[in-house]
Amino acid sequence: MSAHVEEHFAGSNKLFSTIWIWLLLITGIEIFLGYKPMALHFMLTILLGLSIIKAALIVAYFMHLKFERLSLILTVVPMLVICICLLFVFFPDSFRSAGLRYKFREPPPVVKSETENE
Amino acid sequence: MSTEARAETFAAADWEGGVLPYHVGHRKLGMWLFIVSDSLTFSALLMAYGYLRASNVWPTPFPFSPSIIFSSVMTFCLLSSSLTMVFGVSASSRGDKAGARKWIVATILLGLTFVVLHLFEWRHLIHEGLQPFFLPKHWVEAFTTTDGVPPSPLFGATFFAITGLHMFHVLTGALYLSVVAARVKKLKHEDVEISGLYWHFVDLVWMFVFPLIYIMSVDVHGVTKAVAG
Repeated sequence: MSAHVEEHFAGSNKLFSTIWIWLLLITGIEIFLGYKPMALHFMLTILLGLSIIKAALIVAYFMHLKFERLSLILTVVPMLVICICLLFVFFPDSFRSAGLRYKFREPPPVVKSETENE
Repeated sequence: MSTEARAETFAAADWEGGVLPYHVGHRKLGMWLFIVSDSLTFSALLMAYGYLRASNVWPTPFPFSPSIIFSSVMTFCLLSSSLTMVFGVSASSRGDKAGARKWIVATILLGLTFVVLHLFEWRHLIHEGLQPFFLPKHWVEAFTTTDGVPPSPLFGATFFAITGLHMFHVLTGALYLSVVAARVKKLKHEDVEISGLYWHFVDLVWMFVFPLIYIMSVDVHGVTKAVAG
């Protein structure tokens, strides 16, 4: 890393085009996966994983963070990741309120006895 | 040079004042901090959407045509606009101001295409009968569970809030970039780069909105159409 890195915009147009093609490919995979029957949480995990890869590519190359100083990366990234992860604290409450809803797991007993009488 | 050795040589002089410790200008650092705070806004909205979705019966109403086709083309536009923006910044770094202006104008046009397509997509959903706090009748029929639990009417609220805020960011970005394009000859390279940072951030947010809002709500079995028809 020389002192010139800050003055010049590192990365060639060829590199940026390659990144763009990767981003398009990953988007294509995401759309394809949307039509694959699979468990919701499984799909969510894959989609989020792919999105994080895409975000990392954009931040590292398009937003140029890979070529910035380590001190800037350490200031911007870990704090954001920690804050976003802290937001997951709400989900147990979400699952709880989903579980509170009354579900008819068995047919009501009155109906059962009527069918028996017939 | 290893990271540790580099850190040592940086450490002493950089934080004693008189120099830019991050080796970026104040405005660029400011834009980074704005981006961090704005990502938290969008994360909070997406988390709220996840919270509602996990605690309710949630409709998955988007048909392949037009919703998924439109949103995919929109994604393509936004990704391409990021590429033209990075070409613009690259041209500006070489001192090629005219080239930078050309690429930035291309970026604005792609951004506006995104907004127009998105408004068509909104109009389609509004015509179906979607409102912030009401679902179209045939969606309610299609997605009510066998237990008789209706789908959450908050679908529209989350959809319009999240995509609307994103659209507002795209419009703001287009406005910002048109000022940059108009004044590109007077601006320093770093100022062009800062506008690029904002534009890429808008693209980055869509990379989360698109899968979570659109792909997670694909109407795979054509339920909505079956009920309507």
